This record gives sequence, C-alpha cells and structure tokens, in this order.
Amino acid sequence: MNKSWWKIIPVLLMAYAIPMSFAGDVSVQTILHETIRNLYFHVTMWFSMFILFIVSMINAIFFLRSGNLLYDYRSEMYVRTSLLFGFIGIFTGMIWANFTWGAPWVNDPQLNGAAITILSYLAYLVLRSSINDAQKKARLAAVYNIFAFTLMFVLIGIMPRINDSLHPGKGGNPGFGSYDLAPAMRPVFYMSIMAWTLVGVWIAQIQIQIKIISQKIKSEQL
Amino acid sequence: MVRLITQINALLWKEFVLEFRNRNALNGIILYVFSTIFIVYQSFRVVPDIPVWNALLWIIILFSSVNAVNKTFQNDGMGRQYYLYLLANPVAIILSKIVYNVVLLSFLSLVSAVFYGIVLGNPVHQYGNFLLVLLLGSIGLSSLLTMISAISYKSGNAIGMVAVLGFPVMIPLIITIIKASKGVADGLPFNTYSKYLLTMAGLDVVVIALSVILFPYLWRD
Repeated sequence: MNKSWWKIIPVLLMAYAIPMSFAGDVSVQTILHETIRNLYFHVTMWFSMFILFIVSMINAIFFLRSGNLLYDYRSEMYVRTSLLFGFIGIFTGMIWANFTWGAPWVNDPQLNGAAITILSYLAYLVLRSSINDAQKKARLAAVYNIFAFTLMFVLIGIMPRINDSLHPGKGGNPGFGSYDLAPAMRPVFYMSIMAWTLVGVWIAQIQIQIKIISQKIKSEQL
Repeated sequence: MVRLITQINALLWKEFVLEFRNRNALNGIILYVFSTIFIVYQSFRVVPDIPVWNALLWIIILFSSVNAVNKTFQNDGMGRQYYLYLLANPVAIILSKIVYNVVLLSFLSLVSAVFYGIVLGNPVHQYGNFLLVLLLGSIGLSSLLTMISAISYKSGNAIGMVAVLGFPVMIPLIITIIKASKGVADGLPFNTYSKYLLTMAGLDVVVIALSVILFPYLWRD
C-alpha cells in the first residue's frame, strides 16, 4: 500500500484540533460552562460513527451487486470501527450528561436511539459469527446491514423530532448553532469531525489489511 | 406485472390451504396468546393504569407475533424451497409471505386485544381508531418479522436468532405503536396522535419496500 500519504492529514488536523479544544476560546453558557469543550469529542464521535456506518452500508450494497468478498471485509471492519466510536460517544456523553442533566443516563429519545443503534450492530456481529460459509455470511450480513441502517436512519432522524428531547435543537430546544457558538469554535469543531473520521478510516484500513492477509494465509495452508 | 400477481395469488392460496389443512400454527399460537393473557390476569387481576394496560397488551402481541412468524420459512421443507426457487419470482414469494403474515397477525392481534379487554378491563372507547392502530401495527410487525425470519432461516435458524436480530430494529416501530395506542386508550382527540399513525404507515412502507428490494439477494443460494 503506497496510498498512505493521506494519513498525514488526520495527524495535522489532530495537532491543531486537540490543543485548541482544550485551550481555544469557547462561548461559556449558564449550565454548560466549560463542559462545552466536550462538543469537540462527544459530538464528533457520533458524526464519525454515522459517517463510518454509511461507508459500511455502501460497501454492503457494492457486495450485493458484485459478490466480491473484499467489499464484505470492508463492510465488517467499518462496522467494528464505528462501534468503537459509538462506545466512546456514549461514554463521553455520560460524562457530559452527569454535569449538565445531573445523571449519566436519562430517558431521552436520542440516548435510546444510540443504545438501539449499538444493539442492532452488535446483532449484526452475532449474525456474522453464526454462519460458516463466507459467501453466505457476507450476503446475509449485507442484507441485514442495509435493513438495520435504514431503520436506524428513521429512528435517529425522525423519532427525536416526534418525541421531546433534552438535546439541543430537538423538542423545542434551540440548537447550538442558534446560540452564539463562539465563531472560534466552528473551525475546530469541523476539523475535529474530519480528523476523527479519518482516524476511523485509518483503523478500519489496518483491520481490512489484517483480514485479507489472514485469509490469504488460511487459503495457503489448505 | 400480471404474472407477478398470478404468482402471488397462487402462493397465497398455497399458504392458506396448508394452514387450514393442519391448523397447527394457528391453534398453537392462539393457545399461546390465551395462556399468556391468563397468566397476566392471574398476576395483575385488574390493571388500573392505562400506560401499563397498553404496554402489557403490546408486549403480549409482540411475543406472540415473533412466535407466529418464526416458522414462516421453516414450514417449507428443503425440497419445496428448491421447487419454489425454480418456479417463482422471489418478489412474489416475499410479498405472498408478507400478505399471509399480515392476515395472520391482524387476526391474532384482534383476538388477543378482545380477550385481553374482556379479562383485564377495557379503557378504549374509540374502537375504529383502535382497530386502525392494530392493523397498522400488525402490518409493520409482520413485514419486519417476515424479513428477519428469512435472514434467520438462511443463517441456519439458531434458537433466538429472530429475537436477537429483530428486537433492535423493531424498537422504532414498537415505540410508535405504543404511543399511538396510548393516545387512543386515553381517549385523546385524533389530531394529537395522528402523527404517530402517519409514522407507522411510513415505517410499514419503508419495511415492505426494503423487503422487496433485499429478499432476492437472500433467496439465491
């Protein structure tokens, strides 16, 4: 793999975004105070998770169209990486919720949606591990991936707008954007999203390489 | 298109004839529902609280529909599967299975709601709207579970696979059903819960469309 030049981008972005998220200017608000700095970590985790799930679903579609197992490896590894991001997102969210809402877990549609998303992708991994034949495993997993992603999209996109939510921008609460999100925060926020997403792609790439090599070794042993 | 409809008709006829010939699925599932409701009755006697009444009813319907739909693909043995594979369009197969399960589950949820209402008290007064909720809910549950049971069948049908795969993706539907049904049971005006009915109808369409698109990939071996 000589196409590794892009890995310098997340490194540079991180080098800017992480110090800025601890030391940069933030808009201090009544309840949030300095915890708004968690925006750079918690919210970016969900954005990257979602982007990686989309990548995984697109690979699942490509697999169903072509039958090439490479797409299946990609689809699986992107799911695994986004699950890691999802767990970190829940964890950072719990820290933030503990400060602002007074409890690490509250009954909020957004939180339930996150828990359900993670459950359905864990079910995806259970489904994969229950089948031996590689082609069949890939096909069923791809079908379930597309099915679950579409319903998750409905869940995360529509449900919080029907129910009331404690999150900004939902259930009559103003979004962060309509407050004065200090102008200095925006570039850091967008750069963090890009940086973490690219790190996720990086992790997934390494896992895909490992998978391909281990499959090659297995087929040589036979 | 005409061929598709003839195929669906023939397959549906097959499903219903098979069902009436041995009646095991229907009788078993109705007995299951009755005994579950009776157990609930023995443990609660009276359910005064509308949210609890509502949640219990839908949990009973949810579990009995998982049991009812579980066997959709198992009932056709290996030989018949190949026969259908050679003869029929996969779209016709999934649509006929969905229609059959919609009929089965609408009947099942109606029977359970009536029996449940008789035994545990009935707070519902808007019967027409309640029927609408039952129907939309059954369509959603049955189409979703048909697809999940197809995936589970193809994966070798490990015990509990339908529940593991189905419950996470079913939660949005269940939340909407319970909200709509609670609105009806509380006797609220129609426009306060009509948005849930719309969401349910939308989810039904999405699930059926996804099944039609994805099932052909599951079906070929």
